Amino acid sequence: MQSRLVYMDHGATTPVRKEVFEDMVPFFQEQYGNPSSLHAPGREVRQAVEEAREKTASILGAKEDEIYFTSGGTESNNIALYGLARKRDKPGHIITSSIEHHAVLDVCRDLEKEGHRVTYLPVDRYGRVDPGSVEDAITDDTFIISIMAANNEIGTLQPVGEIGAVARKKGVLFHTDAVQVVGQLPVDVNELNVDFLSLSAHKFNGPKGIGALYMKKGVKIDPLYRGGSQERKLRPGTENVPGIVGLGKAIELAGSEIPYKKKKLEHLRDRLIEGLQGIDEVLLNGHPVERLPGNVNVSFKYIEGESVLLSLDMEGIAASSGSACSSGSLEPSHVLSAIGLDHSTAHGSVRFSLGFGNSEKDIDYVLEKISPIVERLRSMSPTYHSR
Amino acid sequence: MYSEKVMDHFTSPRNVGELPDADGIGETGSFKCGDTMKLYIKVKNDRIEDVKFQTFGCGAAIASSSMLTEMVKGLTVDEAAQVTNQDVADELGGLPPMKLHCSNLAADALQNAIADYKSKQQSA
Repeated sequence: MQSRLVYMDHGATTPVRKEVFEDMVPFFQEQYGNPSSLHAPGREVRQAVEEAREKTASILGAKEDEIYFTSGGTESNNIALYGLARKRDKPGHIITSSIEHHAVLDVCRDLEKEGHRVTYLPVDRYGRVDPGSVEDAITDDTFIISIMAANNEIGTLQPVGEIGAVARKKGVLFHTDAVQVVGQLPVDVNELNVDFLSLSAHKFNGPKGIGALYMKKGVKIDPLYRGGSQERKLRPGTENVPGIVGLGKAIELAGSEIPYKKKKLEHLRDRLIEGLQGIDEVLLNGHPVERLPGNVNVSFKYIEGESVLLSLDMEGIAASSGSACSSGSLEPSHVLSAIGLDHSTAHGSVRFSLGFGNSEKDIDYVLEKISPIVERLRSMSPTYHSR
Repeated sequence: MYSEKVMDHFTSPRNVGELPDADGIGETGSFKCGDTMKLYIKVKNDRIEDVKFQTFGCGAAIASSSMLTEMVKGLTVDEAAQVTNQDVADELGGLPPMKLHCSNLAADALQNAIADYKSKQQSA
């Protein structure tokens, strides 16, 4: 195996930062109390949990009692959508987009089976939802609008603030899956006018298996689980204390570093995009400007994404793809289809998602290795020869 | 995810390219996932003297195309026609279940090439 590793899959997950890990360690063997216990070891841990909650609330401009710890983005999305739908006494209407994460889309499809109606709004060729289309879709019984803050595959940022303003004006609750954005860009729940927001620690150098749901004070939902009074009964079960502490530290660090990190990643991102577009017939997927600082998603025409990933992996480069072959579903990504890519162009998509560890040298290395890989695969491709 | 043999055929595929004077050309594709394969055969004295392929697809698609060309080179046309997609997967040391039906199409491309060859024979 090669010794060099260039990790460019931060959209999938990120490494836990040293400072985060160090803060978590005492909560495994030394401060192991249950935060619900009355005794000193329990109280000590309760304090650590509440400090993490304060840090999380402060970054989001929320109040502490609006933050609920969960197991991550998927659970936060599920709690918000099912919770609201099942609080109702009769089925209603949901507005979402066609490019949401499956943790929203699959819930919506399931809620359709329970009698709810769902509007899946289309997006433009950059993956943007038109706030006007959100307004037009609202009906008398629309009870939730769920639009992600940024797309995980193509990195497109949604006009969440404008959609929030529409929701507020019409008196409809608004949820945003902000898993890709928290820790990368400033997020303020008041400015965005959101009632629910999902986040996940492992996307910003925190641990896996921990996330949070912001739920605006006064909103009532039905919990998914029953069993205890933890997280004000919204998410019963003994808290994942090391995870919560790690989330708190990670969000505190990420929050303070956003301006620096954003500038650094945008610079690396734009260099990588420019370099990749130096290769013939490479298309940028997503919005040229309104995109996550670390997201690069391109389609290499005439070749297939998984074979590019395998070749990159052999050079020590870790990336991902929305091609059918790598999706595990035989279908190309619903996001790439929604922005209008034909099957074969979607098939050739590769995502490089940058993070803290990446440097200029990494960009040079990827650009050096990618050209011969694309050339080799194209030389084997019947569609390249008959183009 | 892939066996060593699959990775070997993916990184050093055998018999890639076109045969300008092919006696039969066969194409196949998976409508669903989008993989496409094109196979060229050169037949002499009823034996597959040369075979080449072009493939648009994942690692499994490229490796199975390459493997098939190695398996059928030198066989009589009738012998080659007996080779199945499953034989190719077995020869590769297996493929992930997801890939068995979408990417493992080389034998179908060969069937089409043989049919093309036979129809040319009849019309000649």
